[in-house]
Amino acid sequence: MVKTLPKVDVVTVGVGWTGGIIAAECTKAGLKVVGLERGQERGTEDFSMVHDEYRYAIRYELMQNLSKETITFRNNRKMPALPMRQMGSFLLGEGLGGSGTHWNGQTWRFLPYDFQIKTMTEKKYGPNKLSNDYILQDWGLTYDQLEPYFDKFEKTAGISGENNNPHWGERSSDYPTPPMKKTHILKKFESAATKLGYHPFMMPSANLSEPYTNPDGAQINACQYCGFCERFGCEYGAKTSPEVTVVPTARKTGKFDVRFHANVVEVLKSGNKVTGVRYVDTLTGEEFIQPAEVVVLTSYVFNNTKLLMVSKIGEQYNPDTGKGTLGRNYCYQILPGATGFFDDQYNTFMGAGALGMAIDDFNGDSFDHSNLDFIHGGNISITQTGSRPIASNVALPDTPTWGAEFKKQSIHNFTRTLSVGAQGASISHKENYLSLDGTYKDAYGVPLLQLTYNFTKQDIALHKFISEKSGEIMKEMGAKTVVNRGAIDQYDIVPYQTTHNTGGTVMSLTPEEGVVNNYLQHWDAENLFVVGAGNFAHNGGYNPTGTVGALAYRAAEGVIKYSKTSGSLV
Amino acid sequence: MAKKTKNFSRRDFLKTSGVATGALIGGSLLGGLIGYNANNSKTSPTETKSGEHKQEAALNKGRMFFTNDREFQILANATERIFPKDDLGPGAIDLGVPYFIDNQLAGQYGSNSKEYMQGPFASGAPTQGYQSNLTRAEIFKQAVAKLESEAQTRFKNGFSKIEAEQMDEILTAFQKDEVPMKGVSSAFFFRLLRAATLEGAYADPIYNGNNNMDGWRMKGFPGHQAAYINVIESDEFQKIEPKSIGSMH
Repeated sequence: MVKTLPKVDVVTVGVGWTGGIIAAECTKAGLKVVGLERGQERGTEDFSMVHDEYRYAIRYELMQNLSKETITFRNNRKMPALPMRQMGSFLLGEGLGGSGTHWNGQTWRFLPYDFQIKTMTEKKYGPNKLSNDYILQDWGLTYDQLEPYFDKFEKTAGISGENNNPHWGERSSDYPTPPMKKTHILKKFESAATKLGYHPFMMPSANLSEPYTNPDGAQINACQYCGFCERFGCEYGAKTSPEVTVVPTARKTGKFDVRFHANVVEVLKSGNKVTGVRYVDTLTGEEFIQPAEVVVLTSYVFNNTKLLMVSKIGEQYNPDTGKGTLGRNYCYQILPGATGFFDDQYNTFMGAGALGMAIDDFNGDSFDHSNLDFIHGGNISITQTGSRPIASNVALPDTPTWGAEFKKQSIHNFTRTLSVGAQGASISHKENYLSLDGTYKDAYGVPLLQLTYNFTKQDIALHKFISEKSGEIMKEMGAKTVVNRGAIDQYDIVPYQTTHNTGGTVMSLTPEEGVVNNYLQHWDAENLFVVGAGNFAHNGGYNPTGTVGALAYRAAEGVIKYSKTSGSLV
Repeated sequence: MAKKTKNFSRRDFLKTSGVATGALIGGSLLGGLIGYNANNSKTSPTETKSGEHKQEAALNKGRMFFTNDREFQILANATERIFPKDDLGPGAIDLGVPYFIDNQLAGQYGSNSKEYMQGPFASGAPTQGYQSNLTRAEIFKQAVAKLESEAQTRFKNGFSKIEAEQMDEILTAFQKDEVPMKGVSSAFFFRLLRAATLEGAYADPIYNGNNNMDGWRMKGFPGHQAAYINVIESDEFQKIEPKSIGSMH
């Protein structure tokens, strides 16, 4: 028996950054919003004993329970896809706040180059810089068009930073709060990068340098540099997250209802509109239909894509024909870098998720690629996020991975190694995509999403180049021994790499090129919006959240506009 | 690798197991605890301060998963080879790692309850990760029996009675995937054992490993500290006495 509930103005699937932003903006505009969150309620008071590496960082306390749902994976179409049975390469989450609860807080705006990557690459290097196997496309929105939304997100989040990076886009206003404190480790990077002729600056951070009240009246506290950010919630309410900002803002209006343990299994469509969603109460097994004037998919990349696929909305991408846009443009990030071994001890265990300095001298197109066999690059940085002893056991190459010598080195190096690394951009490739799995299902009988992904030649070349640059900086920092990260080959889903998965529901200027328009409104269903890093046509050289936040504000404007005018917004 | 004398780890282990295997009645308790503390005091600068707390912790330890002492000792000796006692400080046994692993195997970790365990099962490529239908508890149980049978086959003796070098030889064979196991590879078990050993050495002591926070002390990790805001800008390395989240009560 499926129970149909009273119709609401807007329903969001998931209540993290994107769902929270949609809810805050729409409720402030007078719309009634229901947020369906499959995880549980959580907030600052739940993190009073959070300094527990084993529970949170190793056993993934705040992450998704894979026994209910996971994805399947294969490196290429010739392999059978098998389930990702344990968390590894990336960490899927659930619960109020989504990844916005346990993120590091590094908050960037993608570069002007990112949004017009096809136009700008072809203009400078001609149309054949990359082979036809890569899918290069402009995003359908320029940096300048998105700037006001970046500005809005940064003001909501109170981002701490400094505007002295010559390589990023123009800003309409300064960061809301000054940069974080500059540590000994950061100063070493700054001086080495400066000596090499680069342009170091403090990383923009959502771990706030001082207490801040945002334009909605939400209070964010000052970071205490405790060293437990990524994979942890903040016990101080000092790492900006949805549950201390946009969620209370929406709740304050009296027009926002969050339902927990509500797992959406289908978007209901009739003609060229959607009518609502069907969800399961995961505690009772009861099914409900939540009708809505507007449906907004605001869960993670994988789930947004999966819901469209199981609901048969949009055309599935086919790598043989190149037709279809749903599931296309899946990208990841590649992680070049170098580790330096020092004699002196450093306070590696202190820090904050976004405490760092960076350079963009090898990001985007801020350097000449004429004689290089790749495009783009990555933001190279040193971060002091707080090393922890289970995860950090560094030994020189060729040291046994266990036993007396391993113990000695891993203990010695805990406070004597530093690393410089980059988030390497990832360019869409026709063989990297998302689809539905034909064999494996989730706990609700819905097929799992299938990921087909491998590193490309572009990735391998970029990784090698940026690792070398990172190694040069580390050498200049005075490391006794510098070890560059080894060349990448096959993508391996086992070791943790990054939770910066993108694509699958790409935004575009025309319906042929993507799933949603530049208001994140679905090309095939005018009252359906799909919001998140799934909208990225490729992945840039930065953490994605800043750009995701800006897109969510853009989508919120679209939803509000649509609720007044109906029809396509473009 | 191993230059230690025969059975060093077993001897230490027996002292600790005497404390915590459940036979803790009346007067015999005190003797066991004193011996146990004395083991750690060499490497623990704050022994006098936290000794009392540690006795309490040792008292509360016990097996929740392995049913017999022989199996538990095999596990203990294997972890000690991965993280041996040396001049830097205690090894896995003195840190309580075997109890940590045993206790974890009895819970969510051992039953893989947060992991996708639906079939069909296929071995897959290494890049696709763990594909066994076995839980960690089942893997450890089988592997401990395998460690024992390898010791019998190779050295005509129980795993806990052979030389450290001989243990290393067997563990290396597991690591290189040379030991046949059912439903899982020995290399996978070895990675699991190595990871669990490090987790037990460095997890907060509330999980029954990292005795007396000595894993943290060796590494210079201060554990749970409320804030570093007052020292974060210092150019000097900060030596800070570690604290457990258990101290927050």
